[in-house]
Amino acid sequence: MSTVTPDTGTAASRVPAAGAHRRRVPLSEGARADRRLAFWLVAPSVLVMIAVTGYPLVYAVILSLERYNLELPQQTKFIGFANYSAVLSSPFWWQALWVTLIITVFSVGITLVLGMLLAQVLHRTVFFRGGIRTISLIPYGIVTVAASYSWQFAWTPGQGYLSAAFNNSAPLTSQVQAIIVIVLAEIWKTTPFMGLLLLAGLSLVPDDLLKAAKMDGATPWQRFLRITLPLMKPAILVALLFRTLDSFRIFDNIFILTSGNNGTASVSTLGYDNLFNALNLGIGSTIAILIFICVAVIAVIFILGFGTAAPGSDNGTR
Amino acid sequence: MAALTARQRVGWTAANVVVILLALIPVLWLVSLSFKPPAAVTDPTYWPSQWTWGNFSGILTSSQFLRPLVNSIGIGLISTLVSVVLASMAAYAVARLSFPGKSVLIGLALLIAMFPLIALVTPLFTIERALGLFNNWFGLIIPYVAFGLPLGIYTLSAFFREIPWELEKAAKMDGATPFQAFTMVIAPLAAPGMVTTAILVFLACWNDFLLAISFTSTVSSRTAPAAMEYFSGGSVFTTPTGPIAAAAVVITIPIIIFVLFFQRRIVAGLTSGAVKG
Repeated sequence: MSTVTPDTGTAASRVPAAGAHRRRVPLSEGARADRRLAFWLVAPSVLVMIAVTGYPLVYAVILSLERYNLELPQQTKFIGFANYSAVLSSPFWWQALWVTLIITVFSVGITLVLGMLLAQVLHRTVFFRGGIRTISLIPYGIVTVAASYSWQFAWTPGQGYLSAAFNNSAPLTSQVQAIIVIVLAEIWKTTPFMGLLLLAGLSLVPDDLLKAAKMDGATPWQRFLRITLPLMKPAILVALLFRTLDSFRIFDNIFILTSGNNGTASVSTLGYDNLFNALNLGIGSTIAILIFICVAVIAVIFILGFGTAAPGSDNGTR
Repeated sequence: MAALTARQRVGWTAANVVVILLALIPVLWLVSLSFKPPAAVTDPTYWPSQWTWGNFSGILTSSQFLRPLVNSIGIGLISTLVSVVLASMAAYAVARLSFPGKSVLIGLALLIAMFPLIALVTPLFTIERALGLFNNWFGLIIPYVAFGLPLGIYTLSAFFREIPWELEKAAKMDGATPFQAFTMVIAPLAAPGMVTTAILVFLACWNDFLLAISFTSTVSSRTAPAAMEYFSGGSVFTTPTGPIAAAAVVITIPIIIFVLFFQRRIVAGLTSGAVKG
């Protein structure tokens, strides 16, 4: 945002490509033409993004302050924060929040470790390099619902190979085991993405530095902790941020695997149920706003952790 | 990496084998189920002993799956095309022009990329019903475009920054018209980034489930992932395992093709915005 003020005269000098330096006017013809062009190029994208997210978000805030059930539309009325106190005093919300947090922490944590291992494998592989990258991309690309069905059938007693291997167990019918299966499904699906992001970070670590450390007698573990990890910190933080926010909105896997039964509902499936099964727009919107606040809090925590490495902070000058 | 000892070589090869197996076992299980005859579905062996095409011929002749498949392809392609065109314009501005509010735009894109979709489902559901967009192709295309845009702007502006734009000027010096300079110099350089972005956006649309089940109510606009929920078995009590597995295989095929042909591009696209940005 270094070129915001319109009439300082420095703006023109920052646009050498515009090539309009003849007069020292506040803003050169070229720079002004640049801005006009930029405005028209950016406007359609901004309009679509705001129309689909900004406006509905405001609308959701309004709905969350109303009693609004599609089955009883004539009783719609403004009730202030009553929906919020209803949701926040409901055990279902807190259980869903806990389940979501547990799934997020475990799946992101384990995915980080496995993704780091995968990145190391992909980095070291010399032969069949393209092939192994191709195959490891399949879990990333596969439709989540398709993968969820694979896990669901695999864990169905009398039908699935995994259930058979574990003594015909039915893990999807008990809370803790079902959550473990959900976490496993998440890990399988998202490790390749994590691995590829970390691989890109890993390739920024200069080989010479590692060799030099080896010469100086550093063990592999020391090299990893003292050189690789610090240099990869920005890549790790970006990957963690994306994965955490993505995992927090988990929906598809739970919807297919358990439909949120047996105490496995996440905040997203809870919101969905309130909307489409209970047809309660007021409560559904309240849950939506609470999820939005949770995501905002997570994002702020990460961005504070980033410091200057935040994505986009450097974009204006690059 | 020339100095690998024999032991290290064995170790890394073993690691590769583990990665390949872990990645493929759940996918091959779906393939296996899709070829099992209905009577054998209750047999928990991993690989079918008898093979049948019945599940595929069943779903591919049923409008319960064919129509959603057409919807998925149509909605995916239109959303991708619109997203990539709009995102290219915005990314060109971000990469090439200096204008106030650039970082606001980047921040907005980042915010939307992280948006919890469920938070939009409730209000959008109400809005779409009021506007007649509910259960309509456009009811899905519009949000898909909106969520494809941040991805597109990020990936494309990273690609566009790498293009040597001086070549355009050089071509003009050599007597090319601006149109020629664009079509013969810049467009070929920009094409790989745009193809990559298009693949990533298409995969995201193809993968979506939450919006697809929320904003559709009949096969006329339901997409393939959402349609699998509504398959019916032989009786109310049997899950249509075979048909669901066959449908899952069919919607996975395009992904395998993309990954096979564009592996390098997809990797470059996924990591372009994240690491440098």
